[in-house]
Amino acid sequence: MKLSRLNQISLAVLLLLALVPMQSFVYDLFMMKVFCFAIFAASLNLLLGFTGLLSFGHAAFFGTGAYVCAHAMKEWGVTPEIGVLLGFFASIALGYVFGALAIRRQGIYFAMITLALAQVVYFIATQVPFTKGEDGIQGVPRGVFLGIFDLSPSTSMYYFALAVFALAFFFIQRIVHSPFGQVLKSIRENEPRAISLGYNVDRYKLIAFTLSAGLAGLGGALKSLVLQLASLGDVFWHTSGEAVLMTILGGIGTFWGPIAGAAVIVNLQNYLANLGGWSTIATGFIFVVCVLAFRRGIVGEIAHRFKVTL
Amino acid sequence: MFELLGITPQALTSQVLIGLINGSFYALLSLGLAVIFGLLNVINFTHGAQYMLGAMFTWIGLTQLGGWLDMPEFQLNYFVALLVAPLLVGLLSIVLEKTMLKRLYHLDHLYGLLLTFGLALILEGLFRHWFGVLGNSYPVPEVLEGGLRVSGLFLPYYRLWVVALALIVCFATWYFIERTKLGSLLRAGTENPRLLQALGVNVPLIITLTYGAGCALAAFAGVMAAPVYQVTAVMGSNLIIVVFAVVVIGGMGSIAGAIVTGLGLGVVEGLTKVFYPQASSVSIFVIMILVLLVKPAGLFGRTR
Amino acid sequence: MKKSLIAQLVAASLVAASAFTGVAQAQAISDNEVRIGVLTDLSGIYSGIEGPGAVLAAQMAVKDFGGKVLGKNIVITSADTQSKADLSASKAREMFEKDKVDMIVGNVSSASALAALEVSEQFKKPAIVTGAASVTITNEKCTPYSVHYVYDTYALARGTGQAVIDMGKKNWFFLTADYAFGHTLERDTTAVINGGGGKVVGGVKHPINTNDFSSFLAQAQASKSDVIALANAGGDTIASVKQAAELGLIGGKQMVVPLLIFTSDIQALGLKTAQGMLFTDGWYWDYNDANRKFAQRFMKEFKGVAPTSVQAGVYSATMQYLKAVESAKSDDGDAVMKRLKSVEINDGLFKGKIRADGKFEHDMYVLQVKTPTESKDKNDLAKVVKVFAAKDATVPLKDSKCKLVAGK
Repeated sequence: MKLSRLNQISLAVLLLLALVPMQSFVYDLFMMKVFCFAIFAASLNLLLGFTGLLSFGHAAFFGTGAYVCAHAMKEWGVTPEIGVLLGFFASIALGYVFGALAIRRQGIYFAMITLALAQVVYFIATQVPFTKGEDGIQGVPRGVFLGIFDLSPSTSMYYFALAVFALAFFFIQRIVHSPFGQVLKSIRENEPRAISLGYNVDRYKLIAFTLSAGLAGLGGALKSLVLQLASLGDVFWHTSGEAVLMTILGGIGTFWGPIAGAAVIVNLQNYLANLGGWSTIATGFIFVVCVLAFRRGIVGEIAHRFKVTL
Repeated sequence: MFELLGITPQALTSQVLIGLINGSFYALLSLGLAVIFGLLNVINFTHGAQYMLGAMFTWIGLTQLGGWLDMPEFQLNYFVALLVAPLLVGLLSIVLEKTMLKRLYHLDHLYGLLLTFGLALILEGLFRHWFGVLGNSYPVPEVLEGGLRVSGLFLPYYRLWVVALALIVCFATWYFIERTKLGSLLRAGTENPRLLQALGVNVPLIITLTYGAGCALAAFAGVMAAPVYQVTAVMGSNLIIVVFAVVVIGGMGSIAGAIVTGLGLGVVEGLTKVFYPQASSVSIFVIMILVLLVKPAGLFGRTR
Repeated sequence: MKKSLIAQLVAASLVAASAFTGVAQAQAISDNEVRIGVLTDLSGIYSGIEGPGAVLAAQMAVKDFGGKVLGKNIVITSADTQSKADLSASKAREMFEKDKVDMIVGNVSSASALAALEVSEQFKKPAIVTGAASVTITNEKCTPYSVHYVYDTYALARGTGQAVIDMGKKNWFFLTADYAFGHTLERDTTAVINGGGGKVVGGVKHPINTNDFSSFLAQAQASKSDVIALANAGGDTIASVKQAAELGLIGGKQMVVPLLIFTSDIQALGLKTAQGMLFTDGWYWDYNDANRKFAQRFMKEFKGVAPTSVQAGVYSATMQYLKAVESAKSDDGDAVMKRLKSVEINDGLFKGKIRADGKFEHDMYVLQVKTPTESKDKNDLAKVVKVFAAKDATVPLKDSKCKLVAGK
């Protein structure tokens, strides 16, 4: 079976990632965090890069996924794959509601409505008892995958996270390369044309938004297992902003962009955190440089240079 | 005296009054943003940081400048700061526009937004690094100290001064843009820059100056805020999304919309603080959703 | 060609991996070093309370101890949580799992503290919480490895609440931050008020990070209470005090009482605004000679700013930990915890004992902010007006909801 160039590279990367627990240079918890945020960034990428819609409120889905999964794991004692799926579907449902409200607006108004809706979710999260407010849901058990594999040890959790990440990645690939994905691309490139061709553009956008929301929730659910915690920070608007940054930095419209962006930002926060305000300054600096000079993002620039799809 | 939902009419009036005071502040703060978006189509996320710079420069002028210049007695008082800080910030913003923002005009709005967001982070990070997070206290200028007692409510003179000045500046800006020749030139520049350029008007210069003016307005609001709110590096980021909401609800092209919405929102927030205080922070976003559902371009907005 | 490349990669990684994984050696001191992690907010909203000053305090403790314990080096690492629970959880995990840290000290927001405590229980290593306030740390959420060192909401309520009630101020109005911490503080203080014959005449809950308090303060004013109690923290406390001063409430008929405020917050407010206010703290630098001596040494390295109670707590906690390691002859978590909970602590800064539920029982102080004329220099912020004894300041052991002591 001849694999496309993209798939060859993807397999190589996944293989490399599978080797991480066997060395001690890269810390596996760090890598797991990257997976969660990569899925989150990828969900935004699907919306922005492939459909042309910018959402400022995606943290609402990330957080919903995290809270639902955490609650299910802790209070109902489900297995991790069920927990993650519950988080995914909860975000799909929320995404459908948000999408239905926001879709008919354009550009900045769309972004602002998503932000406003996310702020409402944040407020609800502070009030509703099951989220445990400021403390968050702590001590989330990692559970026993399929009733067989205990995910408490780091290595087992790592492979679970890697598998979820790989699945999400391939899911997005399938969407983009499907006829549905082609219509999304045409909407991004020339919406009036797509309408004139008879496509129900709003419906396509809504489906894309809902899928994107579900994926963001998937990232959040995974995160609640990795860090064993779901907190208000997950639904705060700064988190939405961070995800946008990761997507832009990695490269809008690329496949591997989100993980590259996530890896850089998570790494940056890790290393610069001890230096006080430098983390914010560096993040801002990256934003500025990216927008002025590297609009294609890291992976985008590489793809452009070597003339491949990444 | 009858009570409405547990609140006396007297208490209600005071809360509405307080709401109007806050509202005028919101209106002033969103004014610059509305100007920049209305005339330049740029979403200036740096607005919060420029507001913070205005307050910071005011505080520095009063307390630190003397030390830096080795003249311990030297102080820039509040009223001088009202002129100097916006000027400085305006100049700084012009430099930002000429070196960076300019390059993005031909691209999607998104990039301008991201650039200004990045700049905001840099400015905030720098000031956080230099001056810490807890911030500093700036005193109310002596001539404006004290207040008057109105039916059990204490209204500080300083707050009344803020309302008066804010409303004057808001009205003046609106009048300038909507009613004067220069204003109509500005508006024309946005709608059809090439034509205007062909007629011999230096459009890039106008754009640069407009951006500088909008940012100066943010800094002006910052100077006014310094005696009331703690002067910290993060004071802008706390307010920025509220200000955005005001401008969006008012309609992104509309100066009058921003002013009216700012005032209205102040009142709504004030009333929420009485009847359901925990929700006072989120009330503005609920309004935004409701308004945008009914009027997609905001209350006074023109769909482009 | 590609296949062999991958095969080579795999082989190389395996070789490298085996070089890194050392053979675990069973020793009294793990990894031949005692590693202490200072996990705190280094750059975020609470960095003034603990922050870089806490790292300095820990370093001072190590130096005073002699730099070595049982012949092995002591190493201090630090990490920034920015008061975010997420970062606290991952940094705590990284410290215990990757850096093989033996003890974590610090933690200034209750959510981050709880996250770190979960991890410390998993790894069976002590975690000494110094900056966070929540009583749940030694009640519902206690673990065999947690210690709560400097203060908690119960002590604040008892100290300030009782002191103000004793002044005859019976009617209270609460301005409460709408989250668990604010609610707990309000609840604990209300208990003191009711017990002292007072009454809560009204209250309002505000969202955290509120900018403008004028509306809430106006409601407080309208209630005509004797006391306006601020059950909030950090930026909210600073903003509410500043605006209360603006509205002429400080020094007026209604007494403004901040239930949680640190010397770092008072610095930020300035004495003109904060003068005369009563507050409770676990330690004050100008209280006795030992405190003053420590503070002078601290100030020399910390730009002339005196240490907060929490920073002093970090010094003391680190010192006590090292002493416990020395007497237990090991840095094993269980052995050290047993020692910590069995000794009388009296290191000049704090005097008391760590109980079975992990709470460090020691005296607390009610202080009053000085007026600008009373203050002689920028650190001379307050004076102690009342000392209240450890047993009054702490939840009685029989009432503790900690699973380690419940039912005893």
